[in-house]
Amino acid sequence: MVTLTINGQEHELDVPDNMPLLWALRDVAGLKGTKFGCGIAQCGACTVHLAGQATRSCVTPVSAVQGREVTTIEGVADDAVGQRVQQAWLDLGVAQCGYCQGGQIMNATSLLKKTPKPDTQQIVDVMAGNLCRCGTYNRILAAIERAADEETSS
Amino acid sequence: MNRSDDKLLLANVSRRGLLKGMAGASALLLAARWDLGLASEQAQFGAGAMPGGWVDNPNVFIHIDPEGLVTIVNNRAEMGQGIRTSLVMVAADELGADWGQVRVQQANADQDKYGNQNTDGSRSMRHWYDPMRRAAAAARLMLEQAAANQWGVPVHEVKAGVHKVVHEPSGKELGFGALAKAARKLDVPDRNALVLKSDSELRFIGKESGLINGELKSAHPKAIDGEDIVTGKAVFGADVDLDNTLYAVVARPPVYGAKVKSVDDSEALKVAGVKKTVRIEGTGQPAAFKPLGGVAVVASNTWAAMQGRKALKIEWDMGPAGDNADYTSEAYCKSLEKAAQSPGKVIRQKGDIEAALKEADKRVSATYYMPHMAQSPMEPPVAVVRVKAGKAEAWAPVQNPRATREGIAGILGLDKENVTVHQTLLGGGFGRKSKPDFVSEAARVAKEFEGQPIKLQWSREDDIQHSYFHAVSVDHLEAGLDAQGKATSWRHRTLSPSIASLFAPDPKHIQEFELGMGFNTMPFSIPAIRLENPPAPAYVRIGWFRSVYNLPHAWAIQSFAHEMAVAAGKDHRDFVLDLLGPDREVHNLTVGDGWNYGEDPDLYPIDTARMRRVIERATKEAGWGRETKKGRGLGLAFHHSFVSYTAVVFDVEVDDKGKVTIHRADIAFDCGPQANPERIRSQLEGACVMGIGVALKSEVTFKDGVAQQDNFDTYLIPQMADAPKVVRVHLIDNADDAMGGAGEPGLPPVAPALCNAIFAATGKRIRRLPVGDQLAS
Repeated sequence: MVTLTINGQEHELDVPDNMPLLWALRDVAGLKGTKFGCGIAQCGACTVHLAGQATRSCVTPVSAVQGREVTTIEGVADDAVGQRVQQAWLDLGVAQCGYCQGGQIMNATSLLKKTPKPDTQQIVDVMAGNLCRCGTYNRILAAIERAADEETSS
Repeated sequence: MNRSDDKLLLANVSRRGLLKGMAGASALLLAARWDLGLASEQAQFGAGAMPGGWVDNPNVFIHIDPEGLVTIVNNRAEMGQGIRTSLVMVAADELGADWGQVRVQQANADQDKYGNQNTDGSRSMRHWYDPMRRAAAAARLMLEQAAANQWGVPVHEVKAGVHKVVHEPSGKELGFGALAKAARKLDVPDRNALVLKSDSELRFIGKESGLINGELKSAHPKAIDGEDIVTGKAVFGADVDLDNTLYAVVARPPVYGAKVKSVDDSEALKVAGVKKTVRIEGTGQPAAFKPLGGVAVVASNTWAAMQGRKALKIEWDMGPAGDNADYTSEAYCKSLEKAAQSPGKVIRQKGDIEAALKEADKRVSATYYMPHMAQSPMEPPVAVVRVKAGKAEAWAPVQNPRATREGIAGILGLDKENVTVHQTLLGGGFGRKSKPDFVSEAARVAKEFEGQPIKLQWSREDDIQHSYFHAVSVDHLEAGLDAQGKATSWRHRTLSPSIASLFAPDPKHIQEFELGMGFNTMPFSIPAIRLENPPAPAYVRIGWFRSVYNLPHAWAIQSFAHEMAVAAGKDHRDFVLDLLGPDREVHNLTVGDGWNYGEDPDLYPIDTARMRRVIERATKEAGWGRETKKGRGLGLAFHHSFVSYTAVVFDVEVDDKGKVTIHRADIAFDCGPQANPERIRSQLEGACVMGIGVALKSEVTFKDGVAQQDNFDTYLIPQMADAPKVVRVHLIDNADDAMGGAGEPGLPPVAPALCNAIFAATGKRIRRLPVGDQLAS
């Protein structure tokens, strides 16, 4: 039995210690916004926040998460930065299929929380591990810049 | 129905395309010919010629509740092209609905009810624009009639406004919701009596919105699923949540056609959570959409199933795989290059090619190679199936719901009436999810668990190793130039395995629908032309990949045209405009193309003036001809596909380590009338990035029949850094032609334009994709 704090709620999950957080979230806790894309931390679709830090849940065993705050895409709107990022995504029509976008938003939010006004190269570097097969990168970049602008102007 | 009638219908299908169809016909006649091309055996072209045809009954697609909430049924797969938004927008506009009171309902698999649902070939909007407008116009007329009846006034005195019907003389109004029940009871009006809204009455259709080349025209463009996507609520295949679900993964034969000889599952069954293993019979070759076979491990969660699969001990019988077990990419490539040196099946010829080549002042020759690729949508294949009391119910992200339903019925031995397929959102498709093999696997496993849902998940390794691969290809071209540098002759041999090998004994030659993707439809005006197709066998499952055979054909033809221009010492743009020749319509039948993406060549000929326009636009916007510093250059390519026209210019820099930076892409696109320009732009931006991956990164190779790449660390796809720093999409305003596709046509010119730009920057000619480390010096 593992106790996880996900989006501010405690969940008692009957899973083995070595189960990646991704599958505990999806198959056991029933939170399906976090996506499976590669299983080896190469695509970023599974990105969540662990104590505010963007983390690949597909390679993070639940044992490493106990007692730490997990935030998923379902909970990121509780954060003002997360909400701004989501809104920028909508304003610019970023998503095509949308499958990777939860992970993109989680990583972008984590970036902006640490670096409120990143330059283009910082964004490209941080977002390098989040793949989008629809090819929405230009809009993702623009949306991050938009959310950053709003943050610094508010 | 004769040909000319059919032409009239298609002219009507795109009202703004009337000009073309009008020639020799009266407007009166045109206005009343909606009936033609109905889903019948007689329809030769367009939506009417597709299985299931089209349906425009408002009662099938549009439902209004007493509160006025409008539900519009979307019958096409949503895989990122935005069809759930765009098609619903078309209907909502024609109906007069307030966008805030519109919801979408996804159709289940039922082509008898909903018409054709196979979402491929960039057909959704071009085939459904008009039926949806007619359905909405009929619904609007029924609302108006219901209001007129209630008020006891003639129907011509009432008019639908936004979400209400108004009686202008008295000022009376009733909302759509108040009228819905009475309207529903009325007869559906004769479609020939429908009058669609004029362009000036439209609020959404054809209107630019959202992000336009870096400028935000209107914040928050219409996006049906936008909020669900950014909040994690959108339901993709794996997100279907049913009580009591079990989770499965499958160990499949490493080589196409191999079978399980023996399996020891004792260790797998010891893994905590693992319930059972299930043998899935391989269905041999050709595989079509049937499972590859193997052993499924079923568990209480996906992770346990994956651990169980690792613990399986399977001995494979390679015998049934035959030659597939010897398939090795390097040797195969060499064999195709050798075959390309000899004449092949003649596809098209004009003039005396041998004489023309012999007499040429200068000869140019090149061979191009494009590898296998996997579509690799971010959502790997996944399906949920429950079998209960002789019925099956599936939830799956599929492009082809009908084939999905038939596949399940086939593997379970059920009538299709006992199979329900619910369409989820697709986390990308790109052709992979046209093949519902993964749903049939889930059905086969579910058969062992009466009443219990089985969620069968493919890993990324499964996806890349068992794709329906984009065909590998070799294209060999030879051309002659006269003393003035003008092209006199063009010989092109194309070799690639055919998708037909998936369904029947391998024909070893590509088929009409494959040749028609940019090979025999090459529009250049050259005195001597010979197009040939030497044989190329298939050793793996070959399948559709976004834009399909247009990829190798455009890559080879557009690279070669640039090589010719360089040999002729001419500007690339000037040279290709000369190659195109005078503005004219090339009728597909005159170049041996009897396919034309299923469209009528009279209405959709290959129009070289449209091609010229996109070339001129893209080059103008890119500042063609401007000086570039050392290591930087502009590259052009263009292509006709899915009855639309695209030209791309890249501004590229290559540093001394061979690193490619794309400063800018200018994409000019003409698809005729545009339903939702906002999503057309996003499709072209996305296709540009995907094409950059084709050019620079993506390759699946085989050794002894086994794919050598298995995840995104070895099978590379574009990252943010690979995208152009600036992408500009220039939509050609063209209301005069019939509507073309938009999902795929952006892709084919990308790789050749990029490689031409690399040549301009470095003098290095890329003839083998991907570029990989070829530029590292």
